[in-house]
Parts: sequence; structure tokens; C-alpha cells
Amino acid sequence: MGNRCAVIGVGQTHYTTKRRDVSIAGLVREAAVRALEDAGLTWKDIDAVVVGKAPDLFEGVMMPEAYLADALGAAGKPMMRVHTAGSVGGSTALVGASLIQGGVHDRVLVVAFEKQSESNATWALSTHLPFNASLVVGAGGYFAPHIREYMRRSGAPDHIGTLVAVKDRQNALKNPYAHLKIPGISREMVESTPMLWEPIRYLETCPSSDGACAMVLSSERAVTGTPAWVLGTAMRSEPIFRAGRDTVNPQGGKDCAADVYRQAGIADPRRDIDVAEVYVPFSWYEPMWLENLGFAAEGEGWKLTESGATALDGDIPWNASGGVLSSNPIGASGLIRFAEAALQVRGMAGEHQVDGARRALGHAYGGGAQFFAMWMVGSDKP
Amino acid sequence: MREIAVIAFAQTRHSATDEGLTEPELILPVLDEVRERSGLRTFGFTCSGSCDYLAGAPFSFVSALDALGAWPPISESHVEMDAAWALYEAWVRLQHGDVDSALIYGFGKSSQGDLREIMTLQLDPYYLAPLGLDQVSFAALQATASGAERAELDEIVRRSRAAGRDNPYALDLPDPEGDAFEVEPLRPYDIAPITDGAAAVVLAAGDLARELCERPAWITGIAHRIDPHYLGMRDLARSASAAEAARAAGVGKGHVDVAELHVQFSHEEPILRRALELPESTVVNPSGGPLAANPVMATGLIRIGEAARRIMDGTAGRTVAHATGGPCLQHNLVTVMEG
Amino acid sequence: MPSEVTASSGSTEDLVADHVLEFPGGYTRTTGPVIGRFLTELRDGRIVGVRTADGRTLVPPLEYDPQTGEAVTGEFTEVGPAGTVESWSWVNEPRAAHPLDRPFAWALIRLDGADTSLVHAVDAGDARAMRPGLRVRPRWKTSRSGHITDIESFVPEVTKIVSPVRMEYRVRPGRALARFLEGVARGVFLGCRCGSCHKVYVPYRLSCPQCGVAISEEVELPDTGTITTFAINNLPDPRAPQVPFVSAYILLDGSDIPMIALVGDVPAHEVRQGMRVRAVWVPEEERTASMSNIKWFAPTGEPDAEL
Repeated sequence: MGNRCAVIGVGQTHYTTKRRDVSIAGLVREAAVRALEDAGLTWKDIDAVVVGKAPDLFEGVMMPEAYLADALGAAGKPMMRVHTAGSVGGSTALVGASLIQGGVHDRVLVVAFEKQSESNATWALSTHLPFNASLVVGAGGYFAPHIREYMRRSGAPDHIGTLVAVKDRQNALKNPYAHLKIPGISREMVESTPMLWEPIRYLETCPSSDGACAMVLSSERAVTGTPAWVLGTAMRSEPIFRAGRDTVNPQGGKDCAADVYRQAGIADPRRDIDVAEVYVPFSWYEPMWLENLGFAAEGEGWKLTESGATALDGDIPWNASGGVLSSNPIGASGLIRFAEAALQVRGMAGEHQVDGARRALGHAYGGGAQFFAMWMVGSDKP
Repeated sequence: MREIAVIAFAQTRHSATDEGLTEPELILPVLDEVRERSGLRTFGFTCSGSCDYLAGAPFSFVSALDALGAWPPISESHVEMDAAWALYEAWVRLQHGDVDSALIYGFGKSSQGDLREIMTLQLDPYYLAPLGLDQVSFAALQATASGAERAELDEIVRRSRAAGRDNPYALDLPDPEGDAFEVEPLRPYDIAPITDGAAAVVLAAGDLARELCERPAWITGIAHRIDPHYLGMRDLARSASAAEAARAAGVGKGHVDVAELHVQFSHEEPILRRALELPESTVVNPSGGPLAANPVMATGLIRIGEAARRIMDGTAGRTVAHATGGPCLQHNLVTVMEG
Repeated sequence: MPSEVTASSGSTEDLVADHVLEFPGGYTRTTGPVIGRFLTELRDGRIVGVRTADGRTLVPPLEYDPQTGEAVTGEFTEVGPAGTVESWSWVNEPRAAHPLDRPFAWALIRLDGADTSLVHAVDAGDARAMRPGLRVRPRWKTSRSGHITDIESFVPEVTKIVSPVRMEYRVRPGRALARFLEGVARGVFLGCRCGSCHKVYVPYRLSCPQCGVAISEEVELPDTGTITTFAINNLPDPRAPQVPFVSAYILLDGSDIPMIALVGDVPAHEVRQGMRVRAVWVPEEERTASMSNIKWFAPTGEPDAEL
């Protein structure tokens, strides 16, 4: 995996339904400045900038990195724009890390954002070309049948999704940047909300957020402050329309995890990983990804969730930040997972810090659960 | 840096009109061709470049993946940029040392929409896009600022179109004539033609490149830089970022036999020649360049492929490829290749 | 979706459709304080620039110094309204989105007191009126809203922004989908078999997503199949007749990949995984080369299939 790479700065905006007080550049800038401040650096110290976001249709600005070059201090520098659907935030971190691992740069600023309030996510995600036969209504309409199939195969009881919805929102109450903060969130509250795409209830769904997240990545020789060392990086993609594709437990996710665990020396993820930030936009994806990522045997993921193992005080906390279920600026959501993993091993996660976290997984997925991006970060230099 | 070379290149026979193929259907034969030429069926890394607004729907790259045969799952990424930057990302990935080959492809169908207006959408969304400032109009502003002479521009177009007629992949366009302006000072023929097409390149490292290719086009320098965006806050007569990228890539370290430049408007050629400090003896755009075929999102990658091809076929020893993005040559990537 | 299809029944050769990509009502852009101040002043008929840390005045005020990337200062200063044309191009045939409906110039204008140039239109009547150094002043719209187009255009000196995004396309279905729709036009599902992995794909396609090789063997599939999984959608959608509606993955008999389609003629909560279904076609005389030929899939009444 090339040269050593570390996260030395993390910056986030507060996530909210509509950031009325800033422009698109102002939003992105806010996260970037906080990441620079965290690293104790200025714009001059940055060699290159990598921008990620989901489809340009969200803001109606094509290739916005061109316009954002000024706001990100990129004039005279290399700048890249990544787009890999929902996994893009994770891919953006990996493209930035790659520039350091490949020995091309010493310090790279990675930024991902979405200002979803400029339009409407369901409109942007459900826009199809003529003749297309697709009958998918937004992301929930796409993923609901795969959740149903998971429930059938595993025999998981109906309340598992509710447990995740409650747990992640409880964690969000400890995260100052989180969007959805629902004091007193409870199973009854979740179960009283309507089914949107059965079996997905309203409160088992991620919100639509404005927000940005940024990280400063560094080579070993350019480290400032408290580093989170990158222990492994991997991307995997698989075709959406492959006959016999397992949409519940996709091979791409399994292969991506195996690759990143091999690099990081993880033999048993549940034992060897202290905390995981995993892309869970609909509550049922926690038990599904627990199995896909090897934290539980096939069909057993829901038991881990039910036992409380993935809660903040469990033996393997998942989404201590509140996760995608609590904050979802789509293009940034993956990068937030990667950044929260880094905050944990740097010991800088504040109220939602997992005590003694030394190794953390950051995960993102996108498309029809076909694009995967993952990294492992740790407090000890590899 | 690790030795990396272009070992295979393929492109569609580009078309001025919609031939009824979807983007995945366009790239399929091109992928077959580079697999055959390189002898590789699988690659350590794959990266592509495309644009949702060109396609008219989000996630244009998702269905393209189904044309690839990405099974078992592949290590893959995508840039919402010209595929030349996908090649840059792949070159960086190959520097890690754990994988030795990469597949890069780009595709676009400009025929489906109105390219002039689609390109408006990449402008500052507060001050420029709401003016409806279209691509030909902002290019014309740069043409005036650059002070190019009409005779020089005519000669650039005449030379590019003649070269394009000799290039089986480019469009057959007549010698320029007529004195109407599209947007003054640009005449219709100063503008790259609307084109549908796709292209693919295979990169390989060190011994694998030598094993698979008789004359690999070794990448001895590759760099890119971006300029500030707003058109009134940079000197449109020159491209500072192209000049800086050229210096970083080491263009001036030897004689350049051939340069393939991403010239979408004739006046961009003299701006780029100056930025890259190319001497008169350098042959510019022997393929005809984008003025003879401009499949947007693949055009920059094709420059790298065409410049590499001259080395692989033994007709040049040292070549340069240039790719651009953003309005008025805002963002520029320069690649130097040697035999 | 089907309404735009313009081919005669059965033939897909000339299948082409208009496609509009437009966010209804336009994107709502929040401006932030710097752009917001500029647009507010514009609405009041004033043009302001912003000072950078090194004392230059940017017009229009950018939020960040394009040279250094530093945030600009909070100091705004009125500039213009007059300015000098530095460079220009001439539009003979204005496009619909352009600010003027008659020939005009695009220009870089250095407003008095500014250190940078503003891009805007100049209504000069004739290209011959344009020259570097031409002095121009803004012509304001009478009704201003805080938009860059509050300045309708600049005009030679005493001689003279919601952001709709709409793109129009002409889209063809592609070779594979066109072939599939030919089948649909005559009430048949066309699939294909990969010569390498022997899997049967539907809809018909040109290459195998697993093997990456071209597919040539066409297969006609029956219009019966099994629901593998489904969602009950409670959010209305123009493509569905009512709420709730069921969107299901249906594995046609003899195929190896499910298609997504509506399920009808059965209450949503009686739909099951494993349920056997058959396509319900619109009457033959109403058929076109379009997916709207299939109303939905309805239960056959057979016993459920094993999954």
C-alpha cells in the first residue's frame, strides 16, 4: 500500500436540513478551515485538493470543483473531483490517501460535501432517461426489497431495525455536529412512525442534510499534531445487473473488507477492531453489514445488534457518532465515516469517544450496494 | 517514481450524430480492443471519467461498469472529469507498488444535449451561470483577450481538419470557409465539433510493460494544476496553470517531437503552445486534435492515447499530451512520454 | 415516461424521445454573507466590491481571495457604477438563456475602483460599437430581486439572479433496449444467453456483466415468473396507479436475473416472496414499443415457488 499516510486534521460543519447562512463555497470552506486548524496548518501547507460529492444534480452545478478552486485555496495546485455514488466520501479519502501513499504529495486536503437543500434528493436520485423501465423511487425504494430478503433469510425479528434506529439517534445526542437529535428517542417512538417503503419506517431512514467534511492527510515526514495512521485502504466495485448477484450480502463488500483487513493485520474483526463507522442509511443495514464485514456469521448479524454489542458501551461500538441515520449530506456521508474513525483513534471524539480505541474501521457503500470504499486507521504507526 | 507506461490505446470511430448506442454500448468494443492489444483480461486498478449532465441523468458511470465484466469485484474508481484525470489517478495508484496494471476509460455523447449550455452549468452558480454565459461565448472572450490573429486561427483549423480527414477515428470536416461569426471573434469552424465517442488506455508498470509491449510509452512526467475560476480575475491571454503543469511534468527537459493538445477552440492552441513553450519544430495535433473530433470526457484521454501511440509505433521518441477542464483552460494536465 | 415515445408501434428503428432535466421551481441557493451582501446592494441599485487582506478590491466580491485562498476581509466598498471594457466577444444569435434577446457583447468590465473584472453583457447594438477601453454603465431592471441579472446589461456610457437549470436532450434507447422494446411491442420479453457463463439475462443486452464479453444468442422468455422480493411503497409516484403500490423483483421463468416491476390485482399486504405472477398486458391495439405495454404483474394463483 505504498508510503505511510496519516490523518492529521479533521473538520466538519454542523449537519442540518438547510444551511441558510452560507453559499456552497462557504459550506465547504467551513469544514476545510476546521481541518486545517486541527492540523495547525494554513492553505500554503497544502499540496493538492481532492473534492468528492454525489451527483451534480443535487446543486445543479456541474463539476463544482472548478468554481470551488478559490474557496479551497487550490489556485496553482492540483485538484481532483471524485464521484463514485454513495461511496464517494470514502473514495475521496482513498484518492487523497493514494496521493500520499504513492509518494506524489506530502499534504493533501480532502473535502466532501452536499447541499441537498438546494434541490430535492429524491428528485435527483429518481431522474431517469426516457425508455428506462426502472420503477425505483429514491434510495429507500431501492433498498427496501433487499432488507425484506435479509429478514426472510435470517429469520430476524421485526424489531431489530428499530433497535438500530434508537441506538444511533442516542449516539447522535453526544455528537455536536449531528443533524437529527431526538431527545428521549425510544422504540415506541420509532414504531409509531409510518412505513415509507415497507419494511422501512420513517425513523429507520436517514435524513437529508446540508454539510461538509474535510481531512488533512499527511505523509510520515509531514505529520503535525496527533496522527491517525492509515493501516489499510481498499475499493471494490461490482456490476449491478449480474445474474445471481447477492444483493443482501454483496461479494464486493466481502472482498473489500478482506483486502483492508489483510493490510491492517485484522484476523477477527469483532475482536481486533475497537470501533467501526459503517454506512448505515437504513437501520437494517447494520445487521446486514455486520455479516458482510465479518463481525458476525451469515444470518447472525441481528443477534449482535440485539445483544447490544454495537452500542456505545458494547464490545464493538458501531456508529458512535450517530452515523448516516443521524446526519446525511450524501456526498460527504462516507467521508464523515472515515473522519469519525480517525477521530476515535486520535482520542478526539469528545462525548462519543470509545475508551481506548486504537483501531477503527471507516466504511462507505453506494450505487445498488455495489461500490465499496473502506479504510482502517490506528493510533500506532504501522 | 515507479516506471509506468501506456501499453495500449483504443478509441471509437467518433461520430457527429447519435448512432443509437448507449454509453455502455459505445465503450464495449473499445474495452475489447485494449484487452486484446495488451493481452490483459483483468487489471489491478480501473478508473473512468464521465459526466452526468452530458448524459442527462445521474450516475452515468454505473451502467458503464456492467459493460466491463467487473467480476470478481474489481478495485475501481471514477472521476467526474475528463478521463485524462482518471489516468492520472491510476498512475498515482500504480506508484504504490502493489499492483502493476490499470484500465482507464472515458466516454460521452455530446449529441444528446446542448453542449454550449451544459457547459454553462460548471460556472460560478451566483455570478456567471445565471447570466446564461455559454461555452462558445466565454471561449470567445478568451479568444479576444489572447489577441490571436485571424490568419493564424484559420491555419490552425485548416491543418487540424486536414489531419482529421487522414485519421480514421476523427470526423471528416471540410476546409474552413465563410466569414460569419458564431460569437465574434470565433467563427463556427473555430469550435470543436459535437462528437460522440469513447476511448480506453491500459497502463502497466516496469517489467510487465516491457513484457506486454514492444515499445511502451513511458510516462516520464505527469502533473496538473488549476487556476482561479472567475474569468475576470485571471489573465485570460495566458494559461498559468498549463505553464506550471508543464514545468512540473518536465516538458522542457528535452525536445518534444509531437504534442497532442486539448484545443477545443482554435485560439487555445497558441495559448497552450506558449504555456508549454513548444518550439516550431514540434508537430501539434497530428491526429487532428479536438477540432477534428471532440468526444467530451474522453477527449483529454485521447490526447494521451494519441501521443503514446506515436511512441508505440516508433514514429516519435518524446511526446507531450495535454488535457483541460473548466472554463477557458482553467485546469490543465500535462503528460510527457518517452520511448 | 412512455408518453414521449414517438415511434410507430412495433418498430424501434426511429425510437427517439425528448428528455428534460429540470429541477422543478429551480435550485434554491443560499448565498452566504459575501455574495449575499453584493446581491443585496445590487437590489438597491449599488455595486460593491470586497477588500482582500492585501488591499485589492474584488468585484464581484468572492468569498476567498482567488490568489491566496485566504478569506476576504469584511470591508465592502462601493465601486462603479461606471467601468471600462477590457475584452469582449460578440453574440449575433442570442440563446434562450442569454440576458438579452438581441445581439450583444459579453465583456470583462473593470468597474471604477475595482482591481478585478466583472463578466457581464453589454447592450451595444452593434459589434462595431465595442472596443477595449469602452466606458459602460449598468442598466438596472426596474424590478430587482437580488440577482446578478438585476443588472439587465451594461450599456455604453451615457451612450449605454432563483437559478433555473434546464437542459434538453434528445435521447435514443440504445441498441439493446431498442431490441427489448421491439419484443415488448408484440407482447414478448426478449432476453439473451451469455455464451461464456450461459446465464440468461432479461432485458436483452449486448454484453455479459459478469464475463464482459459480447452476447449474441437471443432468448424469448415467457411472461410468467416468481416474486423474489419486493417493497410496499407508501410514497406516491407518477409511475404507479395508487398508494400503496408494490414494486417487486420478478424472476421470469427461464431467466437468471430478476426485473423490477409493479405488482397489481392483489392487495399490497397479500404479496409474498415466492408468489407466482404473470404480466398483464394492455390490449393489443394500445401497444407501442414501450414498457407501458405492461400494466403490472398479477398473481397466477399457482402455489408459491421455493426461493
